[in-house]
Amino acid sequence: MTEKVISFQERMDTAEFRVHHQAHIVVDGTVCTDCSTRECVVACPANLFIPTSDGGLVFNYEQCFECGTCYMVCNREGAISWTYPEGGHGVVYRRT
Amino acid sequence: MTTSPDVDVIVVGGGPAGACAALVAARAGLSVVLLERGPFPGSKNMYGGVVYPRILDQLIPEWWLEAPVQRWVTRRSTMLLTDTQALTVDFRSDAWGAPPYNGATAYRPDWDHWLAGHAEAAGAQLITDTTVVGLIRNPSGAVVGVRTDRPDGDLRARVVIACDGVNSFLAKEAGLYEHTDAAHYTLGVKETLALPKETIDERFGVRDRHGVDIEILGGTKGVNGGGFLYTNLDTLAVGVVLKLPKLAAQQHRPEAIIANLKQHPAIAPLVQGGELKEYSAHLIPEAGLKMMPKMTTDGMLVAGDAAALCLAAGIWLEGVNFAMASGMYAGEAAVEAAKANDTTATGLAGYQRRLSDTFVLKDHRKLHRAPELVLSDRVQHLYPSMVANVAERMFRIDNPNPKPGLRRIFDQERKRAGVRRRDLLRDGWTGFRSFG
Repeated sequence: MTEKVISFQERMDTAEFRVHHQAHIVVDGTVCTDCSTRECVVACPANLFIPTSDGGLVFNYEQCFECGTCYMVCNREGAISWTYPEGGHGVVYRRT
Repeated sequence: MTTSPDVDVIVVGGGPAGACAALVAARAGLSVVLLERGPFPGSKNMYGGVVYPRILDQLIPEWWLEAPVQRWVTRRSTMLLTDTQALTVDFRSDAWGAPPYNGATAYRPDWDHWLAGHAEAAGAQLITDTTVVGLIRNPSGAVVGVRTDRPDGDLRARVVIACDGVNSFLAKEAGLYEHTDAAHYTLGVKETLALPKETIDERFGVRDRHGVDIEILGGTKGVNGGGFLYTNLDTLAVGVVLKLPKLAAQQHRPEAIIANLKQHPAIAPLVQGGELKEYSAHLIPEAGLKMMPKMTTDGMLVAGDAAALCLAAGIWLEGVNFAMASGMYAGEAAVEAAKANDTTATGLAGYQRRLSDTFVLKDHRKLHRAPELVLSDRVQHLYPSMVANVAERMFRIDNPNPKPGLRRIFDQERKRAGVRRRDLLRDGWTGFRSFG
């Protein structure tokens, strides 16, 4: 029996996120431009940090688990500002 | 100008630490506000899946009659994986499937919500959908309240109990963490996989509400950490914990590392066909005593993950029990301080004393070398294949050759794995001193 392969988007869609219009992660792209290690890209479990072809970094905050991995692994002072989302927003794990 | 407190105690965070702190303080007659940033307590929380609720005997007698348990753990396995081998130590006890029970699998949104309900029933006021954004301090630096993201959202109290989780911005703001180091944290990622109850019962050899806890060393694509596989009633929880700097310094993403574990020949038949119900992630404070903050300052106590009270000692992986206990003790200390009308660090000293006198810090002291040993490169990368190869050669019948002596096999495999005898002895001694 072969396992059903699901896309990353389908994976993320299994969790509920109540998105607030205001981002709770702020990335200072100017700091990231000369970062070659990009720890956040591989480590973020929600894959929110995507390198661009021109050496930049785009990020997304909507489907964030609020785990804190990105700012913990980041080696660049001031690159990632991270707070909790507005009350009642963000990830909502499922109750049975 | 001084402003009088709105309530006796503000508890920040409706997880197991916060719920127990609020419960204890409210029961003693204090006015308590329990702040939760999610829409309900537990909505932000995930863990691997097993809780050891013995400490609740003191707060909720016969809690097992009502707790939202998935299965009672009656079978505990520790599994060591290489790419193609698995060595498992498997223990079962029927006693753990009957009152007073031992461990249970449970979903955190269920568990935390249930526990916070007890705090509410005791008189604590639960306020959800409210994020605390900072501390209010008086001119001498004592914590006298919190700022929330609500309009006019300042709230003052005689004691603030910070149970705001692993990222604890409040403990950091209060200066209780000297520094934070990414190497002290692991990332836990988990898949909840749906399977019929009967299928789970058959695959894991259990019945009724009995369940299985499998802790795994290896299978994490060379990233220091480990794996886990737990049975819920009609789902499995499978996932990995990954040491942050190691995860960040290689190329495999967390979900790819879970996928790799699920494809292992020892794991694949157990999880096969399970449909992904929920993917989730959370940080774990893994370094024990080495990373713990100061627990007390004027007007404030820190409990649970916010105080790094997670025990990651290889064969023991616990957190919710440490959260519940530390919350309970923080609540007791707050009551004591309020009654004595001294909520300075001196008045709140009963908290540290309780932590020191109980398993909360005793376990951590006893096992203080274990987290580092368990996540060390030798334990992670060299010993699993060495041990698995010894087992493979022990059980391989190589006729017409006679059986080689165990000592010879062991020595050959030790050399083949590149393990120096001196290091092995040293690690063995560290392990013996930690666990013995």
